[in-house]
Amino acid sequence: MAGAILARKAGKEKVETGEILFVEPDILLSHDNTAAITAKVGRLLEEYGLAVPDRHVIVLDHVVPPATVKSARNHKAVREYVDRYGVKHFFDAGRGICHQVVVEEGLALPGTVAVGSDSHTCTYGALNCLAAGIDRTEAAALLLTGKTWLKVPAGILVELRGRLRPPVSAKDLVLALAGKIGASGANYRSLEFTGDLDGLSMEERLTVANMGVEMGAKAAIFPADRVLEEWLEGLGVRREAWEGVSPGPEEAYERKVTLDLSSLEPMAALPHAVDRVKPLAEVEGLEIQQCFLGTCTNGRLSDLKTAARILEGRRIHPRVRLLVTPASRRVLEEALAEGVIGTLVAAGAVLLPPGCGPCLGAHQGVLAPGERCLSTANRNFKGRMGSPEAEIYLASPASVAASALEGRITRPEKYWREER
Amino acid sequence: MKVWRYGDDVNTDLLFPGKYTYTCSTPEEILPHLFEDLDPSFASGVKPGDVVLAGENFGCGSSREQPVVGLKAAGVAAVVAKSFARIFFRAGINQGLPLVECPAAVEAWKEGMEVEVDFPGGRVRVGKEWFSFPKPPPEVMEILRDGGLLAHVEKVLKARKGG
Repeated sequence: MAGAILARKAGKEKVETGEILFVEPDILLSHDNTAAITAKVGRLLEEYGLAVPDRHVIVLDHVVPPATVKSARNHKAVREYVDRYGVKHFFDAGRGICHQVVVEEGLALPGTVAVGSDSHTCTYGALNCLAAGIDRTEAAALLLTGKTWLKVPAGILVELRGRLRPPVSAKDLVLALAGKIGASGANYRSLEFTGDLDGLSMEERLTVANMGVEMGAKAAIFPADRVLEEWLEGLGVRREAWEGVSPGPEEAYERKVTLDLSSLEPMAALPHAVDRVKPLAEVEGLEIQQCFLGTCTNGRLSDLKTAARILEGRRIHPRVRLLVTPASRRVLEEALAEGVIGTLVAAGAVLLPPGCGPCLGAHQGVLAPGERCLSTANRNFKGRMGSPEAEIYLASPASVAASALEGRITRPEKYWREER
Repeated sequence: MKVWRYGDDVNTDLLFPGKYTYTCSTPEEILPHLFEDLDPSFASGVKPGDVVLAGENFGCGSSREQPVVGLKAAGVAAVVAKSFARIFFRAGINQGLPLVECPAAVEAWKEGMEVEVDFPGGRVRVGKEWFSFPKPPPEVMEILRDGGLLAHVEKVLKARKGG
């Protein structure tokens, strides 16, 4: 699918793996790093102007609200740039995590190319979009030229078979996949999904695509199917506005990986690598001091609802802090309307504003040496959430909620309630 | 010159902790924290001409160019690894820092051996032995020759305006 999208963008009939193409990405995303990006080319912007006022999408999300004068100044500089150059898609602090906002606003569409100066840009692969992370310098160059080069990646076909059995979730699926493929197993490659996808909701697909980069992937792409079509319709995107692509024949792929969803169990990634994956049962009982529910991986409505279902009418362990960060203002509003936030707060959760929150260790819930956190995020690298002597375990929203109740890593099954 | 040897899957949080990413972006701000959680002796010990040697998947994790900017500012001649993470590899090209993918050279290195990189020539010397690696494609070489992506873009824009 990556090749088909790139060929279309470059106006070519066919492309070869490894071929370098110059393309105009449909969107260019940046966040709090926008000021650092524009500062690189301030003089050139003045002279040549902004090439992409309609395509530059900016969402302030990483350190919101600002924690220091320096980050406040940084946000201010971003707003000045937005006003000065007429950037069309600007979302100020509080609107949500950039990847969730891009998706909610219908800015990432099937069959298009998105680049972003954030590694989790690959999230929009769930929408059949070739979405890849780039660095700040490349983003800066794009402001001036609107173009960049992309290599046609080799593909790995990921065949998903069967159905997930709740509380086993998409997070357990993608952790299992990361364990199987490894942290660099998909380096420079495109992960492309096929198989029994009907049972996988868009929110679940977003969770899976989001972690493509944790396997080194350039992109992680789902086909454009009925589930996606209905979801885009729900967002108010006209059907004529997009044209998706489908996976090629199996021979077109470098290899195929098959995962049986019906036999999956709750999984965990152990410190300090995302591919150190084991069944959660093997680390059950480990004491934890912090639980984190949120991020571009697992901060959506279905994630908060899953946690609420486990926490309803219960109190978290007195020695555990449970931090909850909805992925966006829209998620927060919907969760409020459905009583989900009330349930979480009543159980003892601390509600943080929509944004990246504690995930990157810049503010809001950094860890002390010797502390252990169970998190729904996508990364557990050493030092990521503060002290390099802290430990981060990654798991699903259900596992995080169940563990918050016991103050120890706990399998979610025993607290799982069927939907009423 | 000194060779700094590291292992597999060295991620961007080890190379440059996330807590600094929105407060440090100039080379002067970056340098003191370079490799902070990987090797606290690196930032104060690194000298121009040094080479970093690493295993698989060097620079995995975030889209974070500070480590590359820092290495370039420190005068590091090249990073030679068995493989690089994709975004990090692009960052190397964009900053004009030679990143060499050559597993054989990494395997051959032993404590005390010198490493010399001939980037345009597509070869690297470890001790007395030369190893070759695939030369970057012409599009990429042009960016490197121009001294990085922004210098390249400026050249292109100027030419367009002039023409």
